[in-house]
Amino acid sequence: MTSNAATNFIMIGERTNVTGSAKFRKLIEADDYPAALEVARQQVENGAAIIDINMDEGMLDSEKAMKTFLNLIAAEPDISRVPVMIDSSKWSVIETGLKCCQGKAIVNSISMKEGEEPFLEQARKVRRYGAAVVVMAFDETGQAETADRKFEICKRAYKLLTEKVGFPPEDIIFDPNIFAVATGIEEHAGYGVAFIEGTRRIKENLPYCHVSGGVSNLSFSFRGNEQVREAMHSVFLYHAIQAGMDMGIVNAGQLAVYDDIEPELRELVEDVILNRRDDATDRLLEAAERYKGGGAKKKEQDLAWREKPVEERLTHALVNGIASFIEEDTEEARAKAERPLHVIEGPLMTGMNVVGDLFGAGKMFLPQVVKSARVMKQAVAYLMPYMEKEKEELGLTDAPSNGKILLATVKGDVHDIGKNIVGVVLQCNNYEVIDLGVMVPAQKILDEARERKVDIIGLSGLITPSLDEMCHVAAEMEREGFEAPLLIGGATTSRVHTAVKISPNYQRSQAIYVTDASRAVGVVSSLMSPEERPRTIQRIRDDYINLAESHARGREQKARISIAQARDKGLKLDWSDYQPPKPSFLGTKLFANYDLAELAGYIDWTPFFQAWELKGQFPRILDDEKYGEAARSLYEDAQAMLKQMIAENWVQANGVVGFWPANAIGDDIELYTDDSRGTRRAMLHTLRQQIAKQSSRPNLALSDYVAPKEGGPADYVGAFAVTAGIGEDDVAARFERANDDYSKIMVKALADRLAEAFAERLHQKVRQELWGYAPDEALDNEGLIAENYQGIRPAPGYPAQPDHTEKGTVFDLLDAKKQIGVTLTESYAMWPGAAVSGLYFAHPEARYFGVGKIGRDQVEDYAVRKGWSVEEAERWLAPLLNYDPAAVDVAAA
Amino acid sequence: MTREERIAYLKSEVEKRILILDGAMGTMIQSYKLGEEDYRGERFKDHPHDLKGNNDLLVLTQPDIIREIHGAYFEVGADVVETNTFNAQVISQADYHLEDASYEMNVAAARLAREAADIWSAKTPERPRLVAGAIGPTNRTASISPDVNDPGFRNVDFDTLVAAYADQTRGLIEGGSDLILIETVFDTLNAKAAGFAVRQVFDELGVALPIMISGTITDLSGRNLSGQTPEAFWYSMRHLEPFSIGLNCSFGADQLRPAVAEIAAVADAWVSAYPNAGLPNEMGEYDESPEMMAALLESWAKDGLLNLVGGCCGTTPEHIKAIAEAVAPFAPRKLPTPEHKLRLSGLEPFVAG
Repeated sequence: MTSNAATNFIMIGERTNVTGSAKFRKLIEADDYPAALEVARQQVENGAAIIDINMDEGMLDSEKAMKTFLNLIAAEPDISRVPVMIDSSKWSVIETGLKCCQGKAIVNSISMKEGEEPFLEQARKVRRYGAAVVVMAFDETGQAETADRKFEICKRAYKLLTEKVGFPPEDIIFDPNIFAVATGIEEHAGYGVAFIEGTRRIKENLPYCHVSGGVSNLSFSFRGNEQVREAMHSVFLYHAIQAGMDMGIVNAGQLAVYDDIEPELRELVEDVILNRRDDATDRLLEAAERYKGGGAKKKEQDLAWREKPVEERLTHALVNGIASFIEEDTEEARAKAERPLHVIEGPLMTGMNVVGDLFGAGKMFLPQVVKSARVMKQAVAYLMPYMEKEKEELGLTDAPSNGKILLATVKGDVHDIGKNIVGVVLQCNNYEVIDLGVMVPAQKILDEARERKVDIIGLSGLITPSLDEMCHVAAEMEREGFEAPLLIGGATTSRVHTAVKISPNYQRSQAIYVTDASRAVGVVSSLMSPEERPRTIQRIRDDYINLAESHARGREQKARISIAQARDKGLKLDWSDYQPPKPSFLGTKLFANYDLAELAGYIDWTPFFQAWELKGQFPRILDDEKYGEAARSLYEDAQAMLKQMIAENWVQANGVVGFWPANAIGDDIELYTDDSRGTRRAMLHTLRQQIAKQSSRPNLALSDYVAPKEGGPADYVGAFAVTAGIGEDDVAARFERANDDYSKIMVKALADRLAEAFAERLHQKVRQELWGYAPDEALDNEGLIAENYQGIRPAPGYPAQPDHTEKGTVFDLLDAKKQIGVTLTESYAMWPGAAVSGLYFAHPEARYFGVGKIGRDQVEDYAVRKGWSVEEAERWLAPLLNYDPAAVDVAAA
Repeated sequence: MTREERIAYLKSEVEKRILILDGAMGTMIQSYKLGEEDYRGERFKDHPHDLKGNNDLLVLTQPDIIREIHGAYFEVGADVVETNTFNAQVISQADYHLEDASYEMNVAAARLAREAADIWSAKTPERPRLVAGAIGPTNRTASISPDVNDPGFRNVDFDTLVAAYADQTRGLIEGGSDLILIETVFDTLNAKAAGFAVRQVFDELGVALPIMISGTITDLSGRNLSGQTPEAFWYSMRHLEPFSIGLNCSFGADQLRPAVAEIAAVADAWVSAYPNAGLPNEMGEYDESPEMMAALLESWAKDGLLNLVGGCCGTTPEHIKAIAEAVAPFAPRKLPTPEHKLRLSGLEPFVAG
């Protein structure tokens, strides 16, 4: 061969082979895997396209060594970029190796030594593991030595593999056995020629297969004389490659270039390999003495980077994940630096920033970054004793750490590089870091944080579902009464998300987004300082509130569609096979002086506790660690007062329900006096969602739940108003006079709950009897609270119809003032306050929803329908406007 | 129509047109806003661990929802839907302490998809619909250490993965899957274990369903999580003789294209792609509209990169409908006939001969 590069010959690195390399064997025996990895790395750097790994040594647990080494290689991208050859004479070792390889490897080797059946069985397995295979020219009678036998055995194996196993011929590599020549034994003299000739016939007759061999066997008798060995390998390969050998296990770093071999030596070697003279061996042996000790010029790996200044060397080592020089370079940097910490904060962080930038730009990928992190850790570990010593000298040995920080990658996420880097940097700054690792459930984070009394909690995540999990952790921290600031970091996290979604969940303290590790120290130190902490938190909180508001504005404003489009995208129910149920009566029905004891059973207690600013779900809140005691005592008092309220009729509960024939006209609902539908009784107006939904979900308006006048069946709508507050004011005033604020608030809170319970109870009655479309419904109170029923009862002023003025129509329909004694204030608030009113819709598809922000086009349209001016409409709908009316006016003027 | 007839139809149809896969299951499930109680259903109401978020469980507790979602995708023209079994094996279900229910999830999931497919096959007999039993990556990686200080450590091994995947495959076949889809492969070794298990179960049951394989690219270097390039990934998978190879999830169609093109250039299998609806925005939502996504994929189809196309995270029936319409005018990608060369891989491909 004229040069190593100019050929398609595939060099397989042989140095990671315990049978071929004493050095490698010793490293593995001594468990020195880092050095063993360096051997592999050098092979790849020297041009090995594939590396052969062999752990067949009697003293080794070969399976374990194979597994360990392959797993380690997987973490070294500049080694694992090339395929591996799993080399063993033991099938169990091969199988172990195959289970550790994500790439497509080569198995070296199988043969027909034990007959056809085991051969076929192993070949099938190799195929199932997804590897190519080396087949030795070895059959039941032994290894093939002559060209004829080599060819015959390979031909038989080829037929079996391609015809019986379905092995692709291009994945078959024959090893027709390279034996030592120049041994002094006459029969061995022809081994070189036999291989070359056998190879020629294999390649000519067995399409697409390959031929390989372990080249160093050839020169076995010249051990210790590297120059002669290299010359023999070069010459042999030169001829074998011409015959068709296309890969070989060679020391890629030590292969002479054929043309560079001294002509005399080359001729002597050629005589031996090609068996050209009977005295060839003797002549080479004689000449060999002269070349002994000359040694091969060592191929050096490119160490030019070692010439650069130490800062650049550190960056180079970090970027390339090279650990070999990290200690000496770190030492050099330390000697130059004022304090050991400065090495970390200076050159090492600079290097990691380069890593971060390259990763961000897609020029490095994850395994490389992991390696960089490891080199970083080694550098830090080296500096640790110096930092300890410095502390000792400064008398800080027993000083407590600057603070305790718990770090975790949230449940469902396995990414922790960023988190680990943050941990390292914080440790370097004398913080105690408790790292819970990856996929950590919220409860574990909270439990550990409480038990270890940490000062700050940091969450990391890279995938999008982690964002939700972080919100969850924040909410749990709030619920369990934590006060520690919560740091948020990781690739998909953002300041906006933290401000909009996480921060509101954790009002007891503050969630804080941290861009990267370099920022973490600054944030943490200001949080740990008693003076700065409140200021820092306040500043971040203000910032996040602004951010959330502007985000809401920006998002809402840009994400609206026109009212025409929204109507197109309205819910189009299929009315053709739906028969709207007819209520049991039309007009109104009064429920005066309703039984309070019955209503008490329908109370939803959760909002009751919320009214007292005890946040949590009932009944869980009674056992809440923080609120439990207060909640239990409050609940006892409430039960006692409720009993008295009922027994002594402190308040009166009145309700009124009505039903009318109705049909939808666009976004409005027309109600009729009777089923002839000739006379309009009232017009209900509804508002439609204008949010730009990317999904197929409709843009809803309440009118969608009522059959259209045009082409729809006869439909109905109901309305109701209830109160449990008649007399409430007198009782409250009584308590006020007695300076009993507690009971005053309590009675109002209970009256509110009773009114809500009344609404719930009446709605149930409506479903079961009055409208009667769900006579068999059987829900307990929890089921009712969870709204597991058909139909809805939206209230004007609430999200599904945010226009409070619609209450006027409802009250008019029900004659509520006269019937139940509830009036509307000028801003359409109900009086007494313990009152609920709303509409009833029966359609099974009816759901609660929020109208959200609406555009000016709908406001103008709505104004016409309501008989308002646009200004009036904008005033009543102010919180809903997706625009600034003042700005529109200016633009128009 | 028997499974064999459906498979024969699939194999002939894929040569005629670009076949349509379904879109996201998770995004659709989210829209139902299910709570802890919904996930638990009656059967698991006393399960001592949280179950919210265990989407695979819904095939047992909310079968109507899952069937409805499958139906929604068939309605807009999906030829193949995936079973809702991304995490339905013992390794992932251990998170929820539901290992014992995982087999049943696969059977039930395949049945639900089967029911939906049969309904639509009956509605459009000229277009039989198929069910792909989906096998996800699990939540562990066989090639990567979870401990940065101990790179040789693994928290799962090949044999454990094979056992889990084999169990899942049996369930998927019992429930009536027509194909097996090994998807969202972030660690190729996991996928090799899955392929090993699938082939083993085929032998055991005496069946041979088409295998679809779909990897995922995890960062801008264009590689999967375990570091392989797309071409290297194909060489690692090719021994399974899959019906199709491709990529899903990852990024939106825009960023995913080079990786799909790399596979399309070398693979002698049909190429599938089901990207996300864009990259997640800063709120973690996917906001590429059906029109935007369809326009991107249309150009892929025009350039002959596609044989099967659908959507992943953030996509809805509207996306699939738009995509199906966009790719319909274009001929499917033709299979290349690669030369007989030794094609190996480490993290990078290696071709010789």
